[in-house]
Amino acid sequence: MLKLRRISNDAIRDLAGGLLLVLFGMFFAGFGLQYQLGTLAEMGPGFFPVMVGILLAIIGLSMFVTGLVRAGVQADGGLPFRMPDWRGWCCILAGMLCFVLMGERIGLLPATFCCVFVSALGDRTATLKGSLILAACIAIFGTAVFVYLLQIPLPAFRI
Amino acid sequence: MFFSAFSNLGQGFGVALQPMNLLYCFSGVLLGNIVGVLPGMGVLSTISILLPLTFAMKPVGAVLMIAGIYYGAQYGGAICSILLNLPTHPPHAVTCLDGFPMTQQGRGGAALGITMLASFVGASFGITEMIFFAPVLSQWALKFNSADIFSLMVLGLLAGSTLAKGSPLKGISMTLIGLLVGTIGTDVSTGMTRFTFGAPDLDDGVEIVALALGLFGLAEFLKSINRLEAVEARKAKIGFRDMRPTRAELKRAAFPIMRGTLIGAMCSLIPGTGPTIASFVAYAAEKKMSRTPERFGRGMIEGVAAPEAATHSSVQGDFIPTMSLGIPGDATMALLLGALVIQGITPGPMLISEHPDIFWGLIASFWIGNILLILLNVPLIGVWVRLLRLPYKYLYPSALFFICVGVYSTNNSMFEVSETIAIGLVGYLLVFLDFHPAPMLLGFILGPRLEESFRRAMELSGGHFSVFVTRPISAVFLGVASLVILLQVALLLLRPRSGISNVRRTLGSSTISVERAKPVPAERKT
Repeated sequence: MLKLRRISNDAIRDLAGGLLLVLFGMFFAGFGLQYQLGTLAEMGPGFFPVMVGILLAIIGLSMFVTGLVRAGVQADGGLPFRMPDWRGWCCILAGMLCFVLMGERIGLLPATFCCVFVSALGDRTATLKGSLILAACIAIFGTAVFVYLLQIPLPAFRI
Repeated sequence: MFFSAFSNLGQGFGVALQPMNLLYCFSGVLLGNIVGVLPGMGVLSTISILLPLTFAMKPVGAVLMIAGIYYGAQYGGAICSILLNLPTHPPHAVTCLDGFPMTQQGRGGAALGITMLASFVGASFGITEMIFFAPVLSQWALKFNSADIFSLMVLGLLAGSTLAKGSPLKGISMTLIGLLVGTIGTDVSTGMTRFTFGAPDLDDGVEIVALALGLFGLAEFLKSINRLEAVEARKAKIGFRDMRPTRAELKRAAFPIMRGTLIGAMCSLIPGTGPTIASFVAYAAEKKMSRTPERFGRGMIEGVAAPEAATHSSVQGDFIPTMSLGIPGDATMALLLGALVIQGITPGPMLISEHPDIFWGLIASFWIGNILLILLNVPLIGVWVRLLRLPYKYLYPSALFFICVGVYSTNNSMFEVSETIAIGLVGYLLVFLDFHPAPMLLGFILGPRLEESFRRAMELSGGHFSVFVTRPISAVFLGVASLVILLQVALLLLRPRSGISNVRRTLGSSTISVERAKPVPAERKT
């Protein structure tokens, strides 16, 4: 931990980003091997993903190495990280999950209300009353437009 | 040749001026403008949010509406950047440099008026270019075989991912991820499903709307929530009378508009130099030509007019390869292309001959869209200014609902909404590590066709890679592609922290300060 703190942010970005790319590439290349590779003249479905996956992994590896070099040269600094705001994060994700879980089961109106209400609470200046009003407005407007006007196959309300 | 172009254009206007189609174009411009003006909504997010609305329509109407949305979104973004110094679209970052100081001096209305004029002139030039070049280019493209198409796509992907913004290596890796995500689903040539892991919902692949809204909607909100600085909108009090620039301002802006238009047109001819570079070059050129370069950055009308004209003329030029070759230059074009494909229209050499009504109707609606934009914006500017003050805390929850319902209604599938959540999380992780996800969309759209042409070319050559260099057309494309890479390497080695790379750094972050971008064009005092 102590050692980590002395590495510059740019180096961390390169190390983590490179690692992520290697993982992505290996994932697609690895599972792509399960499909037929075929020959150069007659390629199977696995050839292209394996090829691109390996290419991506190579780029990721070179980025990782750059990060290692940078970590050795630059002691500190670089563009600072913008850490996520966890309250906003959780509320936005929970709001979308509400929509996914409720939409088909109990209807668009309650799903929209919960989606907007929960996600609105993520803002640090939000008030309970304001969020409730916003959620109610969007729910009524959204149901009117999408269920009655555009007629998407979701019930407005299912008991 | 000339006459056929004009008669075709007449036919196009006939299509676009039908009352229903005109209404679609109008509502597209209006909605695009409304959503685009909201702080924090970029051009890409605006288009992706509004895209599902067009899916229920007939192709011609949908295409006209998409064109309208695109124009509205762009102009809405310009309003937001000039009045609030909040560029959400990279080319607008340059417009801010002088646009915002003009707002501070109370001339924001005039800056908006000039922007409108500049974009109209720039776009008109680009449209004219398109009328004459697109048919010629698609005639030529009919001669391409699969090897040529593969090389052309490689060039397009390379140029689109390395020259746009951020580090070139990161851009390429994003494109590759896009290509890989594009392979998910049923393989066209063998009918085998890949990377679906038994989920039948993935058989048709990842939905483009889910991908776009995850990357440019959800991930954006996750990044901006409680992190967006409160913006001062008090100075931005504008009525429609303020939109009229004075005679002196018009006179000063006239030549910069023309020069900007030409620079934009030239940039659109060089693969990969999209609107962002065009706007920067136009700004730098104006500053060099000016007798008072030191006043740039403090509210010079020339600094607003030239880059806006360049942006629009180059964007229009970028439509040429998108429509006639089916190869988009940047993520915005890729999104528009994806929307056309959903409508059952595949842009490419065959488009002009197979769907002349759509192609020429689209061109006509570009012009109509531009005129509608002016007609709408002059009376409605007061409304836009009020929309600018909409707090983020009301904006993002409502937008989230539109994302959910928009993705759902694309295929009536709740699975795709959860797909959006997953993509949004990955997108956020990438943005957090300083990757720009835009090239991913480009790779995703072109992926299946890239793979198909690669496989066919290899099949025809009997498994020899040499086919890509022995065919002259393909060899030229690959040659230009390697030039693009060499240029990148050279730029990286020669001046790592100055000039263009510096600008790219500044434009890369979504908000830029005037001070940071200022020292870009070299001082020229002798």
